[in-house]
Amino acid sequence: MNKVLLVIQREYLARVKKKSFLIATLLTPLIFPAIMGIFVWIAVNESENQSLRIIEVFDETGLFFMESSDQYAFVSSDLELEEAKKMVQDGERYGLLLIPKIDLEDPKGIQYFGAENPSISLMSYLEGALKRKIEDQKLYEKGIDPSIIKQIRTSVSIQSITLSEGGEEKINDATVNYALGFVAGILIYIFIFVYGNQIMQGVIEEKSSRIVEILVSSLRPFQLMMGKIVGIGAVGLTQFLIWVVLIGTLTSVVVGVLGMQMPQQQAMEMASPELAQAAMPDTEVGQILQVIQGIDFVSLVVSFIIYFLGGYLLYGALFAAVGSAVDAPSDAQQFMFPITIPLIVAYMGLFVFVLQDPNSTTSFWLSIIPLTSPIAMMGRISFGVPFWELSLSIGLLIGGFLFTTWLAAKIYRIGILMHGTKPTYRILWKWIKSSE
Amino acid sequence: MLQITGLNKSYGSHHALSEVNMHVPSGVVFGLLGPNGAGKTTLIRIVNQIIEQDSGEVELDGKKLSPSDIRKIGYLPEERGLYKKMKVWDQLLYFAQVKDLPPNEAKLQIKSWLEKLDLGAWKDKKIEDLSKGMAQKVQFISTVIHRPSLLILDEPFSGFDPVNAEIIKNEILELKEKGTTVILSTHRMESVELLCDHVAMINRSRKILDGTIQQVKNSFRPEVFEITLTQLKQPIPPEWIPKQAEDLWHFSLPLSGKSPNQLLSELMELGEVLVFREKIPSMEEIFIHQVKAKANE
Repeated sequence: MNKVLLVIQREYLARVKKKSFLIATLLTPLIFPAIMGIFVWIAVNESENQSLRIIEVFDETGLFFMESSDQYAFVSSDLELEEAKKMVQDGERYGLLLIPKIDLEDPKGIQYFGAENPSISLMSYLEGALKRKIEDQKLYEKGIDPSIIKQIRTSVSIQSITLSEGGEEKINDATVNYALGFVAGILIYIFIFVYGNQIMQGVIEEKSSRIVEILVSSLRPFQLMMGKIVGIGAVGLTQFLIWVVLIGTLTSVVVGVLGMQMPQQQAMEMASPELAQAAMPDTEVGQILQVIQGIDFVSLVVSFIIYFLGGYLLYGALFAAVGSAVDAPSDAQQFMFPITIPLIVAYMGLFVFVLQDPNSTTSFWLSIIPLTSPIAMMGRISFGVPFWELSLSIGLLIGGFLFTTWLAAKIYRIGILMHGTKPTYRILWKWIKSSE
Repeated sequence: MLQITGLNKSYGSHHALSEVNMHVPSGVVFGLLGPNGAGKTTLIRIVNQIIEQDSGEVELDGKKLSPSDIRKIGYLPEERGLYKKMKVWDQLLYFAQVKDLPPNEAKLQIKSWLEKLDLGAWKDKKIEDLSKGMAQKVQFISTVIHRPSLLILDEPFSGFDPVNAEIIKNEILELKEKGTTVILSTHRMESVELLCDHVAMINRSRKILDGTIQQVKNSFRPEVFEITLTQLKQPIPPEWIPKQAEDLWHFSLPLSGKSPNQLLSELMELGEVLVFREKIPSMEEIFIHQVKAKANE
């Protein structure tokens, strides 16, 4: 046991002391806000700097008056079609919208000419504007004033509240839950891959440099393997906890700064959720803030850690087994397949099933089967998962990693001392069966 | 020191060791010889308890080998390996602790060894920043750091330049003086003759030779004499294939059932005998002869 601790300590310190670990750990939490900041900055700059784009409208029906926006100005053309096209070619006009005589019931043949490919946003803007115009036109023909329709149009948004058994009410929001599930699921996926690969690289390093011969004479292969897996897992956990602390601090600093800039009343409302609920239940920002305040971050972080550890141990053992079987990382490819497939299934399942409908049958099974549950369950947790499902899933996950560890130990024990032979699946199977 | 009895080990249908018996006396340098694939590494791995034998006994100091004996053994594998990104000091401390050496004692040992091998200035450098020779020295220290009573060195001189090889050779002899038993596995016969007191040879999973260097050499005397004659009275028979250099004639003759004195007196009839010396085979010749003989069987 003492020696396993020694191995854990070495694996841990060897990685944590590296500069690359420090940089990755400190920079990653800043990368996402930074990227978002850059996008916002670019978007703001773009809309500020953009000159108005003038679009010539060649309307043969005479029915369409296009309203100009901040970005696009529409000019009803009194030119010949060829002249108008020439203006687009010369760059005097951004584009030309050609509306031939059309049947309002089946408007076809509308064309747009531009010097460059139009953006999707421009096309949908044009299509939307024309659609509204045609609809208005039709309403007039039926004798209805379009302005009445506008008055009738009402926007509805439903506030969803979960009732706990104790009668506690909690506002939630599918979008926020989606985002949390999305981030947590992907984080586990990345963690398993990154740290699993580190295990594999580490095992290959020890094997190919024959360090393992010195070590295995002093400790059992199983101790060496577990020491490595646990040591590297501790590195991952350290990184995650630093991120939690960093992001937590950053968020409270940002909220604090924003709070100072906000009017007194709003800041007070933010400080106390009950007040906020009472004061601004219908403003969108207020609602999201309430939702975020309603999330149980502690249980989210705890379950993240459980599923990270479970998934990591389950896959980590397999990565160690693969590393022990090959002589060089390039040979590992053929054995990576069975490890990668369930991970990718879980990853795809997260988007296609779990986040779309967290309570569907497929989502249920994905979050119960140990190979996919670490990723799939993280997608469900923020939506709320019944206790028995959670226990079953965690129980199976523990069983799963005990099984893969047992399996991996059998391969590892023989693999680390084998050199020069390229093992096949059949040979691995023989190693697993051999009882020595 | 080390007693091996009836050792067997096979991998599937391949026999790596068949009924190997061996006795390594205390305080000697014991040469373990044999061509590649003969079973040396398997034997060493069994003694190091890396793998288990199928049958047979290994006894250290009269007791069956047990996991706690690891402390008593130092092992230098043929292909060397250290953690490239780890500092010399940390690395040695880790290996010493893995071998159950308490940290305080380990630090003292590391310090004195680093100074002894002129590596003191490099203790905070990573292995990847060291020259190959220096890394080899670090590896050697990691093998002896826990003061093993049995040292197993697999090709210890490969990768060393002559100067460093000399240093390591002297360290091995010094350890022997202090009572360490050394098993030296190698195919470099010149180092065998220089260092070893005792040798055993394994070929195709079986032990084919065992004994002190002198015993082995004696048992392989081909009973051939090297002879130099001068001032010939009679011509030398051409079937003896003599080589002439000015007035000197060199050739060799087997005893062919005669005693050396009989042969000598016959030669004296031919001319003046300047050299009459029994051919003693080198270990290299014995090695090659033995391996070839087995291959032809």
